Order: sequence, then C-alpha cells, then structure tokens
Amino acid sequence: MQELLTFTIIGLSTGAIYAVVASGLVVTYTTSGIFNLAHGATGMLAAFTYWQLRFDWDLPAPIALFITLFILCPLFGLLTERIVMRGLQGTTEVVRLSVTVALFAFMIGLANTVWPSDGSREAFLKFFEGNTVPIGGINVSWHKIITFGCAVVVAIVLRLLLFRTRMGVAMRAVVDDRSLTELNGGRPNRVAMFAWALSAMLAGLAGILLAGEQQLNIEPLVLLVINAYAAAIIGGLKSLPRTFAGAAVLGLLDAYYLQFSDNSWFPQSFMGFGLSGIRASIPTIVLFVALLVRPQSRLRAGTVRFREENKVPSWNTAVLGAVSLIVVVVGISGMLTRSNTLFLLNGFTLAIVALSLVPLTGYAGQMSLAPLTFAGLGAVAMSKLPGDGNLLTLLAAITIVAIVGAAVALPAIRLSGIYLALSTAAFAVLVTKLIFNQRQTFMSGNISVPILDIPFIDINSPRGRLILSATAFSLLGLGVIALRRSRLGRRLIALKDSPVAAATLGMNLTQTKLAAFAISAGIAACAGALAGDKVSPQQYDFTQSLPIVLLAVVGGVGTVGGALFGGLLLGGNAVLANAVPSLKNITKIMPGLTGITLGRNPNGATSQISEKFRPLLNRWGIISFSALGGVGIWALDASRIISHWAFFIGGVFWFLAVMPNLIAIVDGTSPRRWWAGAIALTGLAVSLGVDWDQAVDSTGKRLLSLILLVAIFGVGTQRVAENAPRIHHSSPDLLGLDVALTPDELDNVERELGVTI
Amino acid sequence: MSTPILELRNIRASYGSIEVLHGVNLTVGRGEVVALLGPNGAGKSTLIKVASGILRPSAGQLVIAGRDATGASANALARAGLCTIPEGRGIFPNLTVRENLLMATYSGHKLSDIEQSTYARFPRLAERRSQLAGTMSGGEQQMLSLARALATDPVILLLDELSMGLAPLIVSELYQQVAAIAAEGVSVLVVEQFARTVLGVADQAVLLAHGKVQAFGKASEIGEDVLASAYLGS
Ligand SMILES: Nc1ncnc2c1ncn2[C@@H]1O[C@H](COP(=O)(O)OP(=O)(O)OP(=O)(O)O)[C@@H](O)[C@H]1O
Ligand SMILES: [Mg+2]
Repeated sequence: MQELLTFTIIGLSTGAIYAVVASGLVVTYTTSGIFNLAHGATGMLAAFTYWQLRFDWDLPAPIALFITLFILCPLFGLLTERIVMRGLQGTTEVVRLSVTVALFAFMIGLANTVWPSDGSREAFLKFFEGNTVPIGGINVSWHKIITFGCAVVVAIVLRLLLFRTRMGVAMRAVVDDRSLTELNGGRPNRVAMFAWALSAMLAGLAGILLAGEQQLNIEPLVLLVINAYAAAIIGGLKSLPRTFAGAAVLGLLDAYYLQFSDNSWFPQSFMGFGLSGIRASIPTIVLFVALLVRPQSRLRAGTVRFREENKVPSWNTAVLGAVSLIVVVVGISGMLTRSNTLFLLNGFTLAIVALSLVPLTGYAGQMSLAPLTFAGLGAVAMSKLPGDGNLLTLLAAITIVAIVGAAVALPAIRLSGIYLALSTAAFAVLVTKLIFNQRQTFMSGNISVPILDIPFIDINSPRGRLILSATAFSLLGLGVIALRRSRLGRRLIALKDSPVAAATLGMNLTQTKLAAFAISAGIAACAGALAGDKVSPQQYDFTQSLPIVLLAVVGGVGTVGGALFGGLLLGGNAVLANAVPSLKNITKIMPGLTGITLGRNPNGATSQISEKFRPLLNRWGIISFSALGGVGIWALDASRIISHWAFFIGGVFWFLAVMPNLIAIVDGTSPRRWWAGAIALTGLAVSLGVDWDQAVDSTGKRLLSLILLVAIFGVGTQRVAENAPRIHHSSPDLLGLDVALTPDELDNVERELGVTI
Repeated sequence: MSTPILELRNIRASYGSIEVLHGVNLTVGRGEVVALLGPNGAGKSTLIKVASGILRPSAGQLVIAGRDATGASANALARAGLCTIPEGRGIFPNLTVRENLLMATYSGHKLSDIEQSTYARFPRLAERRSQLAGTMSGGEQQMLSLARALATDPVILLLDELSMGLAPLIVSELYQQVAAIAAEGVSVLVVEQFARTVLGVADQAVLLAHGKVQAFGKASEIGEDVLASAYLGS
C-alpha cells in the first residue's frame, strides 16, 4: 500500500512536467495552428541556459530563474513567432510541420555547439537538493513537490489568463475569426507573439524541472518532452483540463509500470523479444492509442489554394535527367577518393529515402515522419531473408516492407495532417525501441546487409555501390514520375487537393491512402536493402528521420529532383563537417537554418532552380552548347590537363552559374551581353585554372571557394545580363490569365455565354 | 461642406489575379447614412473590406477624415473609431456573450459600460451573457454584433448585410437601432439587399454593379426603374 503511494507521488510529479509541456503546445497550436515539434527543444535550451547562469556562473537561483523564464524564454518565443512562424500563413501542414522540425534541428545543433558534451560539466542540481519531506511514511524530495506545485499554479494561471483577461480572450478570439478580431481593434500578430512567448516560458519551466530529475543531456530532455505530445493529443490539442488529466494518467502509468515490472511474476520477454523497451515506449503507446480513438478528423471541404505547386516533368525531361545522372555519376566516380565515394553513396541512399516521401507527402499530402524506419526494416529484411542478396530477395524485402507500410497506415487512415504525422512518429519510436534495439534483430549492435547480387556484374566495391545506388535512384525516380502520370497519381493529387471532392466523386480514399503508404514504404525499403554494408540501428533512429523529411521538403517534396537535392545536401553536409572541423558547428545548425526559410519559399529549392532552367527547353542550340561545354570540361580532365577538383568545381560552375544565363547572353543587347559573357568566362577560367589540389589545402575550403565562385560570378553575370531585354517564352495557357480581365472583356464573355447577372 | 468622413478614390481591388473593383469612387459625408446597393457579386462586401482595412486596394486611395489611410491596418482603423460589422455574423461563436463584449473594449471603452448599454438595449442578451455566442439564434447573434457598434460610439459605422437570413420583423427592429445611431451623428455606410428597408433610413444611395458605381444620388430619388435595371441586368 505504502509502495503504491510512493509510486503515485512519483507518477504525479512526472505527470506534472508532461502537463506543463503539453499546455504550452496547446497554447500555440490553438492560436496559430502550428504544432510545434520544437517545443521540447525549447525546454532543453532553457534548461541549459539556466544551468549556465545558475551552476556555471553561480548566480543565485531566483535570479537565474527570473532571467531564464521571464526574460530569455519570452524573448525567444517572440522572435520565433516574428521571424519564423509569421510567414507560414497559407502554407500546407507539411510545410508548417517541417519548419518546426527545422527549428528543432537548429536548436539541437545550437546546444551541441555551445554546450558540447565533454562530460566535465558541473552537475545540475534539483531545487533544494537533499531536502525531503515525509509523506505517508516515505520521503519525497522538495523538488518533486515543487514540480507538482508548478503544474497546479500553471493550471490556475492559464485558466485565469484565458478566461479572465482580454489578452487571453483575444487568443481564443483569433482562433475563431482572425479578421473579426482585427475589426474589433485587436492585433492578431501581437496575440500570436504573446502566445509563443507564453509557450516558450512553459517549455522552459518544464525543461528546468525535468533537468533536475534527469540530469542535463540533450537527447533525453528533448525526447522526454516529446512524450508530452501524448498528453496534448488526449486533450484533443484544445482542451486544457483534458490535457492535464492526460498528463497525470501518463505519469501514473509510467510509475506503476516501474513498480510492477520489478515483480518476479512480470514477464521479462515475449516470444523471445525482450520487453525492456516497453517502459520507454509507454507514452508512445498512449499516443498511438489516443490518436486511434480520436474522433475522425473532419474532411476539409472545398479546394484550398496553397502557395505550393509543382509542374509534372515531361517524359523527355525525366528520361534525359535519369540518364545524365547515371552518366555523370559513372564519370566522376572514378575520380573520387574512397571516403568521398562513401559520402556520395550516403547522399544517394538518403536521396532514395527522401524520394519515398515524394508520392506520399509531395503528391498525396500525407506527412510521414518515419521514412528511415522503413529503410531500416528494409535492411533487416534483406539480411534475414534467404537468398543472400539476389534480386528476388530484394523484391521480397520491398514487398514485405510495403505491406508493413500499408498495415501501419491502416489504423491511422482516419487521421490526417498533424495527427497522421504524429502517429507515424509514434510508429517510428516503437519500432526503434521494440524491434531495432533487440539482440535478435541487430546482433552485437549491427548486422551486415548483403550486397545486391546481379548476375555478371560485380558491384563489390564502393564505386560499384555508388553507381548502383545512383542507378537505383534514377530508376525509382522514373517510377515515381510514371506513377504521377498514371491514374493512381491523379488520385493522389486529388487526395491532397480536396478529399471531400474526391470522395464525392466516388474515389476510395482509404485505398488511395494505403497505396501511397505502401509505395512510399517500398521505396524507402530499397534504400535500406541496397546498403550492402554493415548497418547499425542508430542509423535508422527516429531522430535521424527528421532531417531527411526536412531536407526533402526544403529541396521540394513535390518533385524527384527535390528528393535528390535534399539527399545530396544532407550527404554533402556530412562531407563538409568531416573535411573542415572548424565548420562542424555550422554544419550542425545548417539543416535547421535552411528549413527555417521555407516559409518564404514553400515550393522548395529545386523548383526555384529549375525555374531558371525552364527557358532552356526547346532551345536546342543552347542545350547542345551546354552539353558540349560539359563534355569539354570532362575531356580536359580525362586528358590530365586539369585536376579532378578543377573538373568538379568547373563543372558545377558551368551548370549553376553559366547555363542558366546563356539565354540572356545570347538574346541580350550588345554591350551588356558582352560584359555578362566576360564575367561568366572569367569565373569559368578561375574555376578551371586554379590548381585546387595545391593552392587550397582542404576539401571544405574547396567547397567553400566553389560556393563563393558561383555566388559572385554567377550572380554577377545574371545581374548584368538581366537588364538586357529578353524574349519571354511563357506557356500559352498562362497567357492572359496573369493579367486581370477588364470589365469590358468580362461583359463580352458574359454576353457570349448568355449569362446576365 | 466640411471634409467628408470617408472617401474612396478610384479604388481597385482584386483577389489574386481577378480584379473585383474597377475604380470605385464613393463619399460618405459627416453624419450621413449612405446605402450601398447592388446585385450579388457586385463587389459590395469587397468594398467594405477595403474601407475597413482588411483588404488592401491594388490602386486608389482610402481617405478618412481628410487623411490618407490607404494601407493602414484594420486594427488601427478600428481603434481609431471605425466600426465594422462584417458580412455573416460579426461575432465570435466560441466565446460567450460577455467575452464577445470584452473584445469590444479595444475601442477604449470600459467593459462595464459596454455591458450596461448593451443589456439596456437588448434585454435578451443579458439573460444569455454566459452562453456561447455561436449557440444563440441568428437574430440574437446579429443583436450582439450590432451591440458593439451601439456601445462604442464609433465615428464611422460600416454595416454589411445586417438582414442576412433574418425575419423581416427582426430586420426592421435592427434598422431602428441603426437609425438611432445615425441620429446621434454617426456616419454610416450600409450594404443591404433589401433596398426598400434601407432606403427609408439612408440619405444617399450608391448603386454598384460589376465592380463599378452605376448610379448614385439621394436615397429618396432612387426610382424603381433604376433598382430594377441594376438587379435584373439591363
Ligand atoms: N476571398 C475571395 N477570393 C476570391 N474571390 C472572391 C473572394 N471574395 C469575393 N470574391 C469574388 O469577388 C466578387 C465580389 O464579391 P463580393 O463578396 O464583394 O460581392 P457582394 O457584392 O458582397 O455580393 P453579395 O451580395 O452576394 O454579398 C465575386 O465575384 C466573388 O466571387
Ligand atoms: Mg456581400
């Protein structure tokens, strides 16, 4: 009995932390419609800041607390809203969620940079460490009591704030009707800033309380707070009382499990699988259950015009792209050092994982946060299935994972948007904890995935595997484009654009969603199954999935090119970190920083880049000239006139800085086009002429020089050439519609159609 | 004549690439009640959105009391005394009646004063002060939205289709309140489909069709033929 009391108190105190975190999530979700995945990371950052002030700089606790909670946290919240979140109105849930993923990655990178984990840190102490009070015969630490008290105070303060103050009422009013709030004289932007500041304070409070219990480590702090998502979902992301109740239940479940699992009658394993991962999975399981019993999310009526749109590439472009990708990779793979080959290989593997998101997220608009989990399952299947890596094994692995993908989607199919995304996250965490972290799955920490066995071709080298993965990406990419052009592809788009309209037209939403999930899981499985090397469970961890999702969206999740761009960028980031240790810190926050800019350009980077190349279509002279240039640079390298690095830098310069400007140069007027041409030539001469191997001493600096070259000469050429008048080739069906029709024209049309208003 | 309180000069407005108002001129004098009439889709609500600052015109000027207010935010205009009751129900459905009135305090009036004046005018709302506004009847909701205009004594009042979906009896009751506000010297721009109802209250009338002003003049002088041709198409 007494034991039960002890565990109840422990449970309620854990629940109190969940409650504080979850209430912060609810505050921002209801006022701005953004589910802040970075909420836990905010708490983590606050805990570190508090530690810095309190234990490193020895400020008294009240002052350190005041500075952290009442100055820095609100400031951080204000800035987040102002700089990052405000630009997100009118974007899809996918983009909004990705931006918070970016923020998450950014903050973890920041914490890693400022507070590297070298182990020699002052301890983070509980409040009144060592003090306890006896309650019902057991000693409870003051810290636990304070934690519990904080939750009660937060509950009361939030209640009063939301229902008794004008700011609180305005927060709820903005949710109801934003423009009416303005017509009343309220300032929605200020309200949103206040909400984000409040939410950051709540996250900070929870982070500090949690660090007292758990010590100061980035990962557990961030992930434990993720657990509070379950509480927020129980509250329907809306009701604060239910959120608090959910948090209490979670805390108690955790504590009671701890108590009972110590008993001898408690099973330690199930069908040979160890159950030690269960405890850590409790919140995730609760999250999963809470998501599943949620009332069906209402379908969005009508079409919604999002700011994102992507064009479907023609077959010619697609095949040309696929072939040139393979040719380029075969061409350069001979020149790469072993380590660079491995990095590029990694980039392509990540690109395939990112590609798996294109049909699911890009076409069908369903967010998944678990692409790497399916890749991991693919790797496991490939290594466990008989056949030692022949094509049939690969096929079987893909099929199995695709079925698993559909099976996961089946219960989650009623969900949409953020709820669906969270359920895939829950799935990813469960698989990691309960399957990957098992001795049966990954013996001694890693397993080796057999190399694909293709008759007559030996791919048993890094170079071979690189070419294989590039080919696989190209083929899968073509497959995805074929899918987009098929009937199913149009259904996927319909699912994204207007589920209601699609359903009323007789489309089976469930089947379509299942197909999207299965296809996506199958593609991701390829990435794992083709690993051809030793792999470890850490590679497929849930947290590793987030940067991929992020960079796929940054690259442009609606396009195959976007997936390639995202994967290579992530791979390239690793190269940079490895090659230039001094840049390591920047590369840690890079994915986050890129993602934060998404609000300004929700289409992703590739669509922006391809926009530049679009005018080249149909200009065969210029295309041949571009290709000739590329071949010329390659020939210089092949005949040993220039080095591999000069080839690489010159080639990229040619592609990014010269080719997009060729039309402007050719079609421009006289003095300017010569100037522009001269600038481009100078840049090209520098890229090809410098002895990169001798003059610059590290890979990272060479890459940096490349970026500078493209930025300076490419933009320079563009600026000069741009002012020259140019012929615009716009698509005929766009003509006239970007100019408003005049009333007379409208009248004419109406007369012709026999319509009178 | 003194400077008009509200002036739209050559206003153009569009949603995306579709232009809806093609150069509209409109003037509301001090203390005047101007009725804005026109068929469905003429652009009346769009014009109200421009005048209230919710929608930024793509060209033209919004002048309030002689000062250029083009591009001013809706909330700043609201706090400066421009009260807008938008199309549909101008209330927050998930707030209680009392909380709805609390939102009206951005005008600078005290909640207690607003409550007092509202409950005096509409005793029915007093009984429902803790009820969620969205659960009230349409008429009660429209009373609540009009209450904001009545209790915060604005300088200008913009009304968009007060009558939508209401029984004629309630409509005339509401318009009595509008007449009362106007009698206190508030300038009013009112959009209404029921031309007859509103012309009894208005001084001036403006007829909008296809995003252009087709006719304007004294409310009493707008004849059946003009109205008919505007609504039925010429
Ligand atoms: N948010 C919007 N997006 C795109 N078009 C719009 C939007 N709101 C209105 N429109 C279009 O602008 C035109 C004018 O609409 P508006 O609402 O101003 O008309 P109205 O005169 O108020 O009509 P009603 O009497 O039916 O209320 C219509 O053709 C309408 O389809
Ligand atoms: Mg209207």
